[in-house]
Amino acid sequence: MSVATDTAAAPHTAHHGEPTGLWSWITTVDHKRIGVMYFLTSVFFLLVGGLEALLIRIQLFKPENDFISAELYNQLFTMHGTTMIFLVAMPMAVAFFNYVVPLQIGARDVAFPRLNALSYWIYLFGGLYLNASWFVGAAPNTSWVGYANLTSTQFSPGLNVDFWVLGLSILGVSSIMGGVNFITTIINLRAPGMKLMRMPLFTWMTFVTSFLLITALPVIAVALIMLAFDRFFSANFFNVAAGGDPVLWQHLFWIFGHPEVYILVLPAFGVISDVIPAFSRKPLFGYPVVVYAGVLIGFIGWGVWSHHMFTSGLGPIADSFFVATTMIIAIPTGVKIFNWMATMWGGAIRFTTAMNFAIGLVALFTVGGLSGVMHASAPVDLQQHDSYFVVAHFHYVIVGGILLGMFSGLYYWFPKVTGRYMSEKLGAWHFWSTLIGFNLTFFPMHFSGMFGMPRRTWTYQSELGVEFYNQLSTIGGFMLGVSTLIMLYNVIKSARSGAPAGSNPWGAPTLEWSIPSPPHHYNFPSLPEVRSREPMWHDAEREAIEAVTLAEPESEPVMPGPSFWPIVVASGVTATWALVMTGVWWVPLIGLAYTTFGVFMWAFEDPFKHLKSSH
Amino acid sequence: MKSLRTLLGTWVVALLTASCTFDREAHPQSSIHPTSDFASVIHELYVDIFWWTLGILVVVWVALAYILVRFRARPDQPVPKQVHGHMGLEIGWTVAPALIVVAIAIPTIQAVFSTQQGDPENALVVDVIGHQYWWEFRYPDSGLVTANEVHIPVNRPVSFRISSADVIHSFWVPMLGGKRDANPVRLRPEGEDPEYNWIHLTASEAGTFWGQCAEFCGASHSLMGFRVVVESDQEFAAWQAELAEPVTAPMTAPVDTTEAGEAAQAPVQTAQIDPLVEQGREIFHSQTCVACHAIAGTNAQGEIAPNLTLLGQRSSIAAGWLENTPENLVQWITAPQDVKPGALMPGVNVPGGNWPATNLSEEQVRAVAAYLFSLR
Amino acid sequence: MAEAAAVAHDDHHYTSTGLNSWKLGFWTLIGSECLFFGTLISTYMVYKGQSIVGPFSGEIFDIPLTTVSTFVLLMSSLAMVLALDGVQRGSRKLSMIWLGVVILLGATFLGFQVYEFSHFYHEGLGLDTNLLGSSFYVLTGFHGTHVFFGVVWLTTLWVMSARGKLPPSKALNVEIAGLYWHFVDIVWIVIFVLVYLIQ
Repeated sequence: MSVATDTAAAPHTAHHGEPTGLWSWITTVDHKRIGVMYFLTSVFFLLVGGLEALLIRIQLFKPENDFISAELYNQLFTMHGTTMIFLVAMPMAVAFFNYVVPLQIGARDVAFPRLNALSYWIYLFGGLYLNASWFVGAAPNTSWVGYANLTSTQFSPGLNVDFWVLGLSILGVSSIMGGVNFITTIINLRAPGMKLMRMPLFTWMTFVTSFLLITALPVIAVALIMLAFDRFFSANFFNVAAGGDPVLWQHLFWIFGHPEVYILVLPAFGVISDVIPAFSRKPLFGYPVVVYAGVLIGFIGWGVWSHHMFTSGLGPIADSFFVATTMIIAIPTGVKIFNWMATMWGGAIRFTTAMNFAIGLVALFTVGGLSGVMHASAPVDLQQHDSYFVVAHFHYVIVGGILLGMFSGLYYWFPKVTGRYMSEKLGAWHFWSTLIGFNLTFFPMHFSGMFGMPRRTWTYQSELGVEFYNQLSTIGGFMLGVSTLIMLYNVIKSARSGAPAGSNPWGAPTLEWSIPSPPHHYNFPSLPEVRSREPMWHDAEREAIEAVTLAEPESEPVMPGPSFWPIVVASGVTATWALVMTGVWWVPLIGLAYTTFGVFMWAFEDPFKHLKSSH
Repeated sequence: MKSLRTLLGTWVVALLTASCTFDREAHPQSSIHPTSDFASVIHELYVDIFWWTLGILVVVWVALAYILVRFRARPDQPVPKQVHGHMGLEIGWTVAPALIVVAIAIPTIQAVFSTQQGDPENALVVDVIGHQYWWEFRYPDSGLVTANEVHIPVNRPVSFRISSADVIHSFWVPMLGGKRDANPVRLRPEGEDPEYNWIHLTASEAGTFWGQCAEFCGASHSLMGFRVVVESDQEFAAWQAELAEPVTAPMTAPVDTTEAGEAAQAPVQTAQIDPLVEQGREIFHSQTCVACHAIAGTNAQGEIAPNLTLLGQRSSIAAGWLENTPENLVQWITAPQDVKPGALMPGVNVPGGNWPATNLSEEQVRAVAAYLFSLR
Repeated sequence: MAEAAAVAHDDHHYTSTGLNSWKLGFWTLIGSECLFFGTLISTYMVYKGQSIVGPFSGEIFDIPLTTVSTFVLLMSSLAMVLALDGVQRGSRKLSMIWLGVVILLGATFLGFQVYEFSHFYHEGLGLDTNLLGSSFYVLTGFHGTHVFFGVVWLTTLWVMSARGKLPPSKALNVEIAGLYWHFVDIVWIVIFVLVYLIQ
């Protein structure tokens, strides 16, 4: 790997415009284009995962239904969870990391633009590989947590679990590289004066999330490797007959899995911590406290994993420890909620769609957080665990928290990306149908669970008395489906014919609003100097910055050129893992050879060769 | 439009009714109707936390609503006062939740310890063994075995020792308390004891309680129910005695289940022999059925499928999924996989597990069902 | 005023901390790798002494032999330091000699590992034999794979050096390869202590 080539000094060049066409997107290393691709891909998978959810809801509409078979149902709920977590929630956040973070800190790109492209392509190929399982009729079917020893070849002989274990391994590679990239970017590429404690909250939460990514993903990677060795090479990690312990899988999965929850939710917190001040026309209340609370959540998030395992029999001492840590983590989360409310207090609140979604998050995440406090109490969790009560809880967190936050970010930054506003009228429809549909879907699940309906069940007996609640959930689910389509329509329509937006359509305080909408591909003609947390709200500072950021440069800044090798390496990584499925030890080596070729070509490629040729 | 309104009206009425009918009868698997000490401890804790969290939610929502109304942007409003924070407030809303958390954590940890303490002197130990997709119950004191319907005495400590024969299941009877995972028993090196999970409880009232597997365990996870029959000491002793020496000779195929009790106790000699039952008995005991199933006092001693001793007494078949009637038995014996995907039992036309299809005729199936139903 | 706010930092070497981004990124990756090996080592420790059937670790581990291979790997780290020094000084000869030594020592370590694996296999310890087989082979195998990639990487640098394409201005390449190499070395020390010495 020749690492110096990227940092080699490149000659200055004459003006060159931004290329267009499919090839330019395939070979792009521009963080903004990669961000857009991340977003569109995650929306595609949102539709896939949503469709899976709707099929689940139809099946559960009435008791003892056989609309779909038990086997298909198990594949649907497994893929619904896996898709929504790994192919929707995480990458949608990464889409915003990509587009917004460099603009917020005054950088021209991320630290490693080609690595960034590689992360995206691996995500895309990994997601497609995982979903290719549908076409061979063997989608993963052991739930998104894939508890051992159900996943062993003895109990799951088909290709289903193979797709799952290999697909997640591929996606893990993408996330770790993304984490490395954003940590480096945020530490190293901040514009002059952009001290850590002046960074916008979204950048801060990206920073914390990136640390969680690079530390949590290796743990699940090892667990998946162990499972793969069990399945393909008859190892004994989770084989009880050889003394293996299936509960070890649960520990490893949740040591990853709980930080993963914060990987998902912190970016959403970051989004609304920027949105709420912008539309209250007040700085974030208690900025350092909100930052430290986020960091603290990231740290404590490592010490709570076994609250997912209260029923697995860890003994009263371990149970008590994890009760305590889990309850402690509720405190910084609560502090964030109070600070958001205090930010709005005394402000001039404008109810734009972005703000509505942010407020929706504050209101609904609180519900999920509080039901979380209920199952933080281990004995209570013995009743609620693996019941629909828990399904209600984490959907309030993931949809009510994360998805609403992502929608808020969409409406907020869309004008920056496209130079056009999203339709506020359609936005209102989107917001209210989401709000109503969401609560109609998930609130009744508290009752289904309380009355004894376990999760991951294909059907239920009419005697349970949960039919009514399930019917409400199904109706709500379809409303959510409609709301998603409204969002999609709004995105397409507004991208084409939305009202033009200027560089700072919302009058927001942070640096990304100092540059034109859409930005130049080099973002900043020259780097501005930042002197406060809300540079765009202090007239003198704003004028000074805009004089730089809105100016036409005499010569365009030098940017690295397009590269074909990220997509080659990504296809190689995916192929290598996919070929493990053959179970023949040397076959993946073919993929590895191809990957190695790509890596070498990449390493010896000069990112600035496009400039030399024009000289 | 009018029909829509009617529909909505119906829903609202149904909603109101549903929210009022949290009654026990309508919800046999309810987690909010405790009938044991274990369940009561959990329920009290739940109610306690419920009010705390509801209180917080109300405070947050009311404050939020006030803020949204009071501080909405008005035309020509000047830029609001730029406030950056307030240390006192920050400390306040850190300390207040911390205190609430302590108020919740203390009873929680007390309950964590109290619910995990057994009464080894007096407790009746019941081994619970999860299988894909049914439950085996063993009484180590008496050596008795049953499946999918376990009996325990009321007002006496019971300790369930929970494990699994294959993958992880979870043993959950909501009315009797929380769930515990049924982990497969790891083989341990010499000198180390195998590990089990336990549930300790004392049921406080008699009745039949519904339970279900709560950890995803494969194709028919959703169809892995069971029943717990809580009964008086005398009834429990009588049931155990019957299980120990079951009536195995066929007798009148009962048509009315309400007479089941008397029929079982009737002396064998006086009972009329039903030819269908007799035929079923011969088929059952001469076919591969006996390789997997056991019926106490007969040549059927298989241990890998549910024990069928006194099957006729059980309220359900197929692990709590079907009501125990001769018709349902016929359905089950004919095509088990149709009822329960992934079941290892062979059907009439389909193989199951390692076994070929049974190729029984319709009449033979009816005979086997009649025989099994007569075991009561 | 505008000029005052703008800082002319068109230089691609500009970073807010002054640290090189590649180096920083690589440290981050090493942090991630720590968790990776940490999890593998923890799994080994959890399963230590839990195997039902032999061979057990006490019966087959050959500590003197592994001590030698550990020493070899340690010495390669020393050579790595000298190689970097050679590149920074611009001495092609020193660069090639010391890079060559690192590669040779790394390859020797791999040779020891291949010998050890085949020896254990013939003693009856397969990947599927018991918990020891699974956790030992996967842990040390992944470490060995890291060493192998290191050797390939260093060989690439050696070839660059031989062709005169590794001037002092590219010393960062060697420095980062060195970071990786030292990290892999340290991981082995931990494995050697926890897996071999503490039985």
